[in-house]
Amino acid sequence: MSTGTSPSGASIRDRVGSAGDVVLKVEDLSVRFASDEGPVNAVQNLSYEARLGRTLAVVGESGSGKSVSSMTLLGLHNPKRTTITGSITLDGTELVGASEETMRGLRSSSVAMVFQDPQSSLHPFFKVGKQIAEAYRAHHHVSAAVANTRAVEMLERVGIPNPARRAKQYPHEFSGGMRQRAMIALGLVNDPKLLVADEPTTALDVTVQAQILDLIKDLQQEFGSAVILITHDLAVVAEVADDILVMYAGRAVEKGLAKHVLSQPNHPYTMGLLESVPSASEEVQELRAIRGAPPSLVYLPSGCSFHPRCDYQDQVPGERCVTELPELRILPNGRQIRCHLVDPERVLSQETSR
Amino acid sequence: MFIYIARRIALGVSVLLVTLVVTFLIFFAGPADPAQSLCAENRCPAVKLEQIRTSMGLDRPISVQFAEYFQGLFVGRDITDGGNVNHCSAPCLGYSFHNHLQVSDEVFRRFPTTVALALLAMVVFLGVGVSLGVVAATRRGSAFDRTLVGVSQVFGAIPYIVVALLFALYFTVLYPILPQTHPFSDGFGPWIVGLIAPAIVLGLVTSTAYVRYTRAQMVDTLAQDYVRTARSKGISGRSVIYKHGLRAALSPVLTILGLDMAGLLSGTLITEQIFSVDGLGKLAITALIQTDDLPIIMGTVLLGCVIVVALNIVVDIAYSFVDPRVRLS
Repeated sequence: MSTGTSPSGASIRDRVGSAGDVVLKVEDLSVRFASDEGPVNAVQNLSYEARLGRTLAVVGESGSGKSVSSMTLLGLHNPKRTTITGSITLDGTELVGASEETMRGLRSSSVAMVFQDPQSSLHPFFKVGKQIAEAYRAHHHVSAAVANTRAVEMLERVGIPNPARRAKQYPHEFSGGMRQRAMIALGLVNDPKLLVADEPTTALDVTVQAQILDLIKDLQQEFGSAVILITHDLAVVAEVADDILVMYAGRAVEKGLAKHVLSQPNHPYTMGLLESVPSASEEVQELRAIRGAPPSLVYLPSGCSFHPRCDYQDQVPGERCVTELPELRILPNGRQIRCHLVDPERVLSQETSR
Repeated sequence: MFIYIARRIALGVSVLLVTLVVTFLIFFAGPADPAQSLCAENRCPAVKLEQIRTSMGLDRPISVQFAEYFQGLFVGRDITDGGNVNHCSAPCLGYSFHNHLQVSDEVFRRFPTTVALALLAMVVFLGVGVSLGVVAATRRGSAFDRTLVGVSQVFGAIPYIVVALLFALYFTVLYPILPQTHPFSDGFGPWIVGLIAPAIVLGLVTSTAYVRYTRAQMVDTLAQDYVRTARSKGISGRSVIYKHGLRAALSPVLTILGLDMAGLLSGTLITEQIFSVDGLGKLAITALIQTDDLPIIMGTVLLGCVIVVALNIVVDIAYSFVDPRVRLS
C-alpha cells in the first residue's frame, strides 16, 4: 500500500504542520444543558490542548463530561438545549458560536469521530464502502468511482482483508472488530488533523480491543494526526496515551504526561481509579473501589465535587474541601491538579505503602 | 429468494383455498336462502320456492355445488338461468340471478375504479402524511409540531363517516368546487377527475395516522447512532434527514402501507357509498343490503382475499429491498 495511489494525494508528506503543533486548543469551556430537573453542568471551565502526533486520553467515570466535551468539538450537540461558553480553537477556527455551515465543513475533514458502538454507528441500509465514500465526497469534488476507490483503499489501510469485496457488503455482514475498523477508516478518509475516539474499544472483545488500539496507534504514526481518546479504561490509557486528562463531575481534576500520572497519581480521584483496576500480573490483592457514586451534574456537591467520596479530606485543614472549590494548580513537578492537598504526592504515596 | 417467493405464493394459495371453502359454506350452506330473495316481497308459496331452488341448482348436495363453483373458477362453466344457458368463463365467480349477470363481469368492471381511488388516496396520504410527519419530527416540540399532532388526533378521532359526509356536502354539493363522480362509461377524463374529491377526503383522513406514525419513526431514527455518524461526516442536513433518517424510518411504514392498501383495494365501503363511486365497496354494500345477492358478495370477498394475500407477499419482497438485513429465505 503506497500513499501515492491515494486519489486525494493527501499523506503525511503534504501535511502542513509537524508533530507537536497544537491543533486543538480548548479554553475555559463550559457546557450546560437544560433538563427537566434543572440545568445540567456537563462541563465546567475545561482547558486542554491536543497536539499533532500525540494521543490525549480523557479519562473519567460515566457522567464525568468526557463524551459531552468531545461532542462539542464536532458541534453534534443539540444547539437549542445546550449553552456553550469559552473557546475551542481547531486549527485556527473558533468553534464556539460557529455556524452550522462552518461546522459542517470541518466535520470529517478537520475533526473526525470514532464512536463507541460499531454495532449501531454504521447505517444498516447502506454498503460499508458507500458510507465511507459519502464522507469523502462531502469534502472532495470527485466522482463516485474515485470515492469508492478511496474507500476500498481506506478499508485496506485499516487492515480489512479483501477490501474490494468487503466494501460492497453491509455492516451486518461485518464482525464487531471489523466494523470498528471500518468506522476508523470512515474517520480517517478525509485525513483529519484530529481524530476523536469515544470509547472505541468498550463494545469489543478483549482480544479485538488490543488490535484496535494498535491500529489507532499505527495510523496515528502514519497520518500524524492528533488523537483524543475518551475512555474509562486505564489499561487502554497505559497502552496508547501520551498525555492524560482526568475528569470528574465535568471538571478537569488532573492533567499531565500519561506515564507519570499512571505511575504516580497526584489526585485522590485518579488514585482511586487506578486502585480499582484489577491487575493480571500482580498477586491477587483486594480491589479498592471508590466508595459512593459520581454526583448528579444537576446538584453538584459544595466545594470540591469529589469531597463526599474522598478519603483525604481530613488532611486538609478546616472544612475547605466542603466549602471551597479548589483551583486547577500546577505542582512543582509540572502536574496540574484540582485539589487542596498541600503535598499530594507525599500523602498519596504514604497511602500506597501503608 | 426465488424459493422463498415460491413458498410464499404456495402458502398464499392455500390461504385462498381455505377462505374459498369457508366463505362458500357460510354463504351457500348457511341459513340465508338465495331463492327467497328472488321472490317478490318474499311471499312465494312453498312450491314456487322449491321450483326456484331447483332451477338455481340449490337442491343438489353442497359438495356438488362446490365442485361446480370450484370448476368455474379455473375452467369456467355453464349456468342456467330460467331457460337461458350462459357460459361463464374462468375465473367464473358465479352468477347473479338477481341481476341476471355474471359476477366476474360485475366485479372486474368496478375494480379499476376502486384501484384508481385507492391509488389517488395513497398519493394524498403518503404525500401529506409522510412529509408533515418528517417536518414535525425535525421540529419536535415546536408550535408547528404540537399543532399538527393535535389536529391529526382530532381528525383521527372524528368518525370517518361524519368527516366524509360533511366534506361531500360542502365541496361537491353546497360549494361544488370539486367535480361530481362519473362512471367509467362517461369517458376517462370525467371518471378520473370525479375521483379527486373522494380521494382527497379518504387520503387526508388516512394521512392523520401516517403523520403520527412517520413522526414517531423519524424521532426514533434521528436519535440513532448511525444518524449521529452521518452528521459527523460533514454531509448536508438534508442528506442526514432524508437519505439517512427517512430511509430507515420508512421501512416500518411499509408494513402499515401494505395493510392499508389491501383494505382500500378491496373496496372502500363508506367513501364509495357517500360519493356514489361505482366501485367494489358500493357493489358489495348494494348486494348485501338491498338485494341479498350472495354470489356478488362472495365474489367481492374472494377478490378482497386475493388482494390481501398478494399485497402481503409484495410487502415482504419490498422489505428485502429496503432493508438488506432482511434475507428472504
